Amino acid sequence: MSILVFIDHNEGKVKKASLEAVVYGAAMNAGDVVGIALGEIADDALATLGAYGASKVIVDKAAHFNHFDSRAYAKAIAAAAEQTGADVVIFAHDSSGKSLAGRVSVRLKAGLVSGATQLPNTDGSFTIRKSAFSGKAFADYTINTDKKVISVNPNSFPAKEGEGSAAVEAFDSGVGADAVSITVDSVSRMTDTVPLPEAELVVSAGRGLKGPENWGMIEELAIELGATTACSRPVSDDGWRPHHEHVGQTGITVSPNLYIAIGISGAIQHLAGVSSSKVIVVINNDPEAPFFKAADYGIVGDAFQVVPKLIDAVKTFKAS
Amino acid sequence: MKLLVCVCKTPDTTAKITFTDNNTTFDANGITFIMNPTDEWYALVRAIELKEQHGGSVTVINVGLNDSDQIIRKALAIGADDAVRINKAPTDAYDVAAQIAEYAKDKGFDIVFTGKETIDYNGFNVGAMLSELLDLPFVSLANKLDVNDGKATISRDIEGGIENLSVATPLVVSAQKGMAEQRIPNMRGIMAARRKPLQVVEPAAIEPLTTITNYELPPERSDIKYVDAENPAELIRLLHEEAKVI
Ligand SMILES: Cc1cc2nc3c(=O)[nH]c(=O)nc-3n(C[C@H](O)[C@H](O)[C@H](O)COP(=O)(O)OP(=O)(O)OC[C@H]3O[C@@H](n4cnc5c(N)ncnc54)[C@H](O)[C@@H]3O)c2cc1C
Repeated sequence: MSILVFIDHNEGKVKKASLEAVVYGAAMNAGDVVGIALGEIADDALATLGAYGASKVIVDKAAHFNHFDSRAYAKAIAAAAEQTGADVVIFAHDSSGKSLAGRVSVRLKAGLVSGATQLPNTDGSFTIRKSAFSGKAFADYTINTDKKVISVNPNSFPAKEGEGSAAVEAFDSGVGADAVSITVDSVSRMTDTVPLPEAELVVSAGRGLKGPENWGMIEELAIELGATTACSRPVSDDGWRPHHEHVGQTGITVSPNLYIAIGISGAIQHLAGVSSSKVIVVINNDPEAPFFKAADYGIVGDAFQVVPKLIDAVKTFKAS
Repeated sequence: MKLLVCVCKTPDTTAKITFTDNNTTFDANGITFIMNPTDEWYALVRAIELKEQHGGSVTVINVGLNDSDQIIRKALAIGADDAVRINKAPTDAYDVAAQIAEYAKDKGFDIVFTGKETIDYNGFNVGAMLSELLDLPFVSLANKLDVNDGKATISRDIEGGIENLSVATPLVVSAQKGMAEQRIPNMRGIMAARRKPLQVVEPAAIEPLTTITNYELPPERSDIKYVDAENPAELIRLLHEEAKVI
């Protein structure tokens, strides 16, 4: 079997979610793992994928791939799948994977499971587990086609670095500039924190914080822990915090190692978006708050008293 | 402008999820169904706003049996002009996309909208598959969309930031928070919806590419451990030594 993994990159570096996708491909233990990258990136940056399990990376560095266009990208990735004879194509289930996996699945007439949280079970059939009903259940999908497309849920397969270096080869996808229809006018990125979907540590706060002016301590706690901030839906609806921090069934789903919820009641729609977090800590002044039922650790207390003490405790911990 | 909005029926957000037939079938008994939130709040409302601004029409399309009619009528009450239901209980995302593509391919829609994901199967797949079947550009996770003279200007969420782009219509867009504000249908809309056309179309023969063979509920979390509010240092110790997450 041969496995092709789409390698997304940004500012000269392979994205963490793509590293995880390579780790997933290698862990399938089902054959050679080849990466496909598009757009300009240094060979050295791609060679590092060897340490995550790729034997080779092919790259079409044509400048018209420097900005993301799902139609042109899908054509190029499908061409790479044909050329390498790939049976399985893997994406990260992130903003580019969410645009590409469905397209490539149609091009290759390959069944798709998106947001995989486990490796495929291959005795008899090819079945993959993913989260469904917004975290309230798991569903096992059997892919009925010979070729398969999988997108891997971020933070489900840690990007552990090993040894080795991948061969990097130029690849001509045959997809020209005329295939590109999207013009990217500008990209703005926050550079100082880990993006929420990729974050391993998340500090999240809700309406219990009373107003946007009180987020200073939440941000400070996040900075001390090296965590990313998030919030409940009403907090973002009311404009206290930006939309992209809204976690839950109608916001984004996160599965960090640690989710700290401060002044959030734990409504079912909020829990849906965070229930796959490995460890959940709840800080709430109401001992009856439903969130405590879904938590591993709890502090019953006033956030305005507890959080400053917690910040001091983190500082002491880091100094020790 | 001719706009098409794909709407899906999903369990209510508060629904308790259970399964029957030895965990192979979702148990719809006692479940209230709603229009998938991102389809309703963002895709549909933005399409209606664009029509109000530029003229044209908004068609909603659903792949489902007549138990979808309730959410279709709601979409018409919010302001869509007409509706199409492809008469089939869909088998997977590919089935949905292929049925819609079969209908839409020769109708000349300028923009086809989907919500970013459904809250039941959470696939994010229908928009991407549909765009490939129609050979159109696709912009996912769009939080802002304007159209002028056949050119769409869109911003979309990417990890830790925003991408601003432009693209000529026709195209497929998946919509999310930021694109519009939820609209509650009023009495006049509800009355008008009863008279708006709902066309039922027989499905094309499509083989599903995937099958769900089993469901499982997540394991219960082990019992919570409480830490004294006066002593958060103990929490940090537990997170480091016991949970090993910091
Ligand atoms: C269709 C639909 C979709 C939805 N989707 C989402 C979603 O995706 N995400 C989401 O989050 N919500 C969602 N909701 C909303 C959800 O039902 C809740 O209303 C929301 O999560 C509550 O936010 P909250 O916990 O911040 O506020 P509240 O419910 O008001 O809770 C505030 C909490 O703070 C505590 N508190 C107050 N003061 C203090 C203090 N000084 N110190 C410590 N604790 C304090 C209170 O005890 C309380 O538990 C959705 C609702 C619907 C109907």
